[in-house]
Amino acid sequence: MSNSGTVLVETIGLKKHFPAGKRKLHAVDGVDLRIERGSTLGVVGESGCGKTTLGRTILGLLPATDGKILFEGRDVTHCDKKQFKAMRREMQIIFQDPYSSINPRHSIKKTIAEPLLVNGIIRDRHQREERVRELMETVGLARRLENSYPHELDGGRRQRVGIARALAVNPKFIVCDEPVSALDVSVQAQVLNLLMDLQQQLGLTYLFITHDLSVVRHISTEIAVMYLGQCIERGPAKELFRSPLHPYTRALISAIPIPSAKARETKTEVIHGELTSPIDPQPGCRFAARCPQAGPRCTGRDLPLRDMGGGRHVACVLYGE
Amino acid sequence: MKQTPAGKPLPPMADMWYRLRRNRAAMFGLGMIVIFILAALAGIVFIDDAAVFETNPDARLQSPSSEHIFGTDDMGRDLFLRVIYGARYSLTFGIVCTLFSLIFGAVLGASAAFFGGRVDSAITFVLDAVICIPNTLLSLSLVAVLGLGFCNLMIAITVSSIPSFARIIRSIVLSVVGQEYIEAARAIGVSSARTIFVHVLPNAIGLIIVNAAMNVSGLIMSAAGLSFIGMGIQPPAPEWGAMLSDSLKYMRTYPHIVIFPGLAIVLTALSFNLLGDGLSEALDPRMKE
Repeated sequence: MSNSGTVLVETIGLKKHFPAGKRKLHAVDGVDLRIERGSTLGVVGESGCGKTTLGRTILGLLPATDGKILFEGRDVTHCDKKQFKAMRREMQIIFQDPYSSINPRHSIKKTIAEPLLVNGIIRDRHQREERVRELMETVGLARRLENSYPHELDGGRRQRVGIARALAVNPKFIVCDEPVSALDVSVQAQVLNLLMDLQQQLGLTYLFITHDLSVVRHISTEIAVMYLGQCIERGPAKELFRSPLHPYTRALISAIPIPSAKARETKTEVIHGELTSPIDPQPGCRFAARCPQAGPRCTGRDLPLRDMGGGRHVACVLYGE
Repeated sequence: MKQTPAGKPLPPMADMWYRLRRNRAAMFGLGMIVIFILAALAGIVFIDDAAVFETNPDARLQSPSSEHIFGTDDMGRDLFLRVIYGARYSLTFGIVCTLFSLIFGAVLGASAAFFGGRVDSAITFVLDAVICIPNTLLSLSLVAVLGLGFCNLMIAITVSSIPSFARIIRSIVLSVVGQEYIEAARAIGVSSARTIFVHVLPNAIGLIIVNAAMNVSGLIMSAAGLSFIGMGIQPPAPEWGAMLSDSLKYMRTYPHIVIFPGLAIVLTALSFNLLGDGLSEALDPRMKE
C-alpha cells in the first residue's frame, strides 16, 4: 500500500483522557492513523488498551482531549451541534453487542428507518419503507422479518440489523467495534463476509476494532497494534503478520494457535504480567515492564512511531535510533 | 412469548397484560381496586352528606344487621355508608399524590440521570438530605406548618414521597441511558429530545409504573396514619384513619366499628401492592416463557 491513495480519515496525535479522581486515565494517548479510502484499518490490542475509545473519539461521540481528526482533509475534531449532525451521514458505527445496541421495543423496520427519518433523508413514509426493504435485502435479512422485534432474532440477524442501520445514511466511513466478537464462530464468518462484500459494493472504508487476530487478518488492509492507548506498530496486514517488528506484536502473533500437528514444536512467546495502569502513565515505552527485550533506553521518554519503509511503522528502540 | 394465531408477536404492552391476566393475586388486586373506585364514585353520586354526617342517638352502636350491614357507630351513623363515603379520600390521596410525586420525581430523577455531573450531584445531595428525615415526621411537620386540611395533607404527603420516587426514577433512567442503543441513537443523529421520548422513556416506563403502583398503597397508609393521629382529615368526615381513631374506645365492646374501616384500609393497600407485584413480574423479561 502506498501513500498515493487518497486518505479518508486521519488522526494526528489524538488523545482522549478521562478524569480518574484528580489523576487522568490516558485511554488514547497520541495516536496517529491514516485510513485510505476504500480500505480497512484493523485495530488490535488487548482489553482496555483504548481501541473502543479510539473509535468513539474519531466518530465524535466522545470529545477529543487533544490532537486532530481529519475527515476528507477537513478538521472535524471539535464539531458544533450542526456539524456533528452533518457528520452522522458521513461516518457510522457498528456495535459489538447486537443484543444491547438495538432498542428492544422497536421493530426491525422502525430501527432501520430511524436514521432515514431523523436525518431527513427520506421524508415520505412509503419511500422510506421501500428503502428499508432495500437495506434489509442488502444485508441479507428476509423481508418477512421487518415487523419482528429484536428478541425474536438470533445474534447474527440482529447484527445484520445493526449493519443495515449504519448503512441507511450511505456513510463513507464505518467504525466496526468488535462486530463479530459476540457472535458464534459459524455466524462470525457470515457477518465478516457480508462486511467485506459491502465494502466492495459500496466503496466503504472501515476502522475495524477487534482483539481477535484471525479476524483482523481476514479483513484488514492495514493493521494498527495498540498497547495502553498508543499505537505501537502499524503496517500492511500481510507484512505485519509475516514479520512482526515490535516485541508485543511478535508475542501476539506467535500466540495464534496453528491448527497443525507439526505446530506443536513451535515456541510461543508468552507475555508475562498484566497491563500496567493507564492512569497517569510514565513517559517511555508502555510495554517496557513486560517486554523481554527491554533496556534502559526504553524508559524516560515517549517513543515516536518510526517509519520503517514499505508503509511500516514501529515504536520501539530495537529499530533504528 | 405469546403468539397470536398469525404467528405475530404481541406488542410489549399487550404481552404484559396477557401475563398479568394469568396472575391471580394481581387480578384480585386489580378487581378490588376497580370495586373500590366504583364504590367511591357511587358514594359521590348516591350518598347524601346527611346520612353520613348527621348523628342519630336512637341507633347508636348497633351490630351489623339487615338494615345496617356494617352496623352503626357511636353516633348512630351507618358504618357502611361511611366506609363507602370514605373511599374517596383514601383513593384520592393514594392516586393523586402518587401522580404528583411521580411527575416531580420524574423531572428530578430523570434530569439527574441525563445531565449527570454537577446537576446529578446537586439533586442527589438534596434528595439524600431529605430522605434522612423519616417520611411520617416530614409530612407531620409539613402539616404543622401548612395547617390542617385536605389540600395541605395532599401537599404534605406528596412532598414527603418525592425524594424516594426521584431516586428510584434516577436509577431506572440511568440503567436505560447506559444501554448501547442510546449511544447508537446518538451515533445515527437522533436529537436528545427524541432520544428521551422515543428511546429512554418507553424502556423505563414499565418499571416506573410498577413503582408507582407500589407507592399508592404506601401513601394510602400514611394518609390514614396522619388522620389517625389527628393531623389529617378531621372528624366527623369519614376518613378511614380518622374513623379508626374515633372508635378506638369501643374496640373491646363493639369491635365492628373498628374492624370495617380497618379492613378497608388493609384491603386497598393490599390490592395496590398485589397489582404492583404482578406488574413487576409481568414486566420482567426473565419471566417470559
